[in-house]
Amino acid sequence: MDNQERILTIVRKVSKNNQLPGPEESLFDSGFLDSFALPDMVGELEREFGIKIPDSDLNPRKFESIARIQSYIESRM
Amino acid sequence: MPAIRGFGAYLPSRIVTNVELAAHLDCDAGWILDVSGIEERRYAAAEESVASMGLAAAGQCLERAGVNARDLGMILVSSGSAERRFPGPASSIAHALEIDGVPAIDLPIASAGSLFGMALAAGLAAIHGNILVVASEKMSAIVSPQPLERGVAPLFGDGAGACLIGSEDAPVKIVDSVLHSDGAFAEDLRLKFDAPLEMNGRSVILQASRKIPAGIGELLARNARAASAVKVFLMHQANQNLMDRVARALELDASRFYSNIRRYGNTSSASMLIAAAEWWQHAGPNTPGPNKGDLVCFAAFGAGFHWGALLAEAV
Repeated sequence: MDNQERILTIVRKVSKNNQLPGPEESLFDSGFLDSFALPDMVGELEREFGIKIPDSDLNPRKFESIARIQSYIESRM
Repeated sequence: MPAIRGFGAYLPSRIVTNVELAAHLDCDAGWILDVSGIEERRYAAAEESVASMGLAAAGQCLERAGVNARDLGMILVSSGSAERRFPGPASSIAHALEIDGVPAIDLPIASAGSLFGMALAAGLAAIHGNILVVASEKMSAIVSPQPLERGVAPLFGDGAGACLIGSEDAPVKIVDSVLHSDGAFAEDLRLKFDAPLEMNGRSVILQASRKIPAGIGELLARNARAASAVKVFLMHQANQNLMDRVARALELDASRFYSNIRRYGNTSSASMLIAAAEWWQHAGPNTPGPNKGDLVCFAAFGAGFHWGALLAEAV
């Protein structure tokens, strides 16, 4: 499974939505993530990719879309 | 060692339900409950001020503690909703308590203000003796002006709380506290002069979900205590979903976190002391306050961001 698929699996898990968001689609505007699913997703990303995301990087815009999440995660790996 | 001598609270009588607010917000009353855990909140009357509500909470606190206002050595007043730039409500409350001359200090740091006040009082009690910490908020004056903001207006309510901290022997000792501030996200929750409250809810929840459990964990680890050993967590009542997440992060049942947000909403810095005042009165089988050996953990997070935790133990 590539990184994008791993991220999609997490988004679907925390959002309880089995649909597939587009890579650039806003996960907030499309209803995949609300304010409380966002911290759940960040925790799942840390566990899945074995990274620690510092609080200073916890800007919701970094996690706005699958593409942005992938870009950020790969920069931390 | 500094000790907690009592709590007090004041809630205005007017109850504002979700049904009443939803009619003005073009939303469903159930939606407000789902996203916040809030069913109703209190709004102060026009003639009630931050100072008058704080005075009422202070009076109840002193009465319950059996301490005369003349025996106070300092008063610290937290409010993010004071009616004017200066002077803040601290000197007004001190004057109304007839203790002119006693230092009265304002802490205008919103939601975490009462926690910061308690921690400061614990450090200063050895010098100043009895220190009264008051937190009072008239949030309705901030969130009620039209047009109402659906993501903000339903969350907040009015009220005041107070805590008396002294250096003399008392059964509930303040063991330790941790305080933190980080201005990197200062713009994500702010109240400018003559402007509505602005809140980036995603950022606030994201940061709070991490920083509150981290602060509590830091405090407990420093004192070699397990989260499971804490009798009750008395936390800033910001959002029920947030409190549930903090409990989950600490691997605790949510019932360990005392909650009254369903009845009062988020009263900013007053909320933690209002919750403490309620819990304190019903904690023991016979007398107010925790039982011998109980650990009590206070925690808060708010604009700034400022956050932290404070640990007390009944000995």
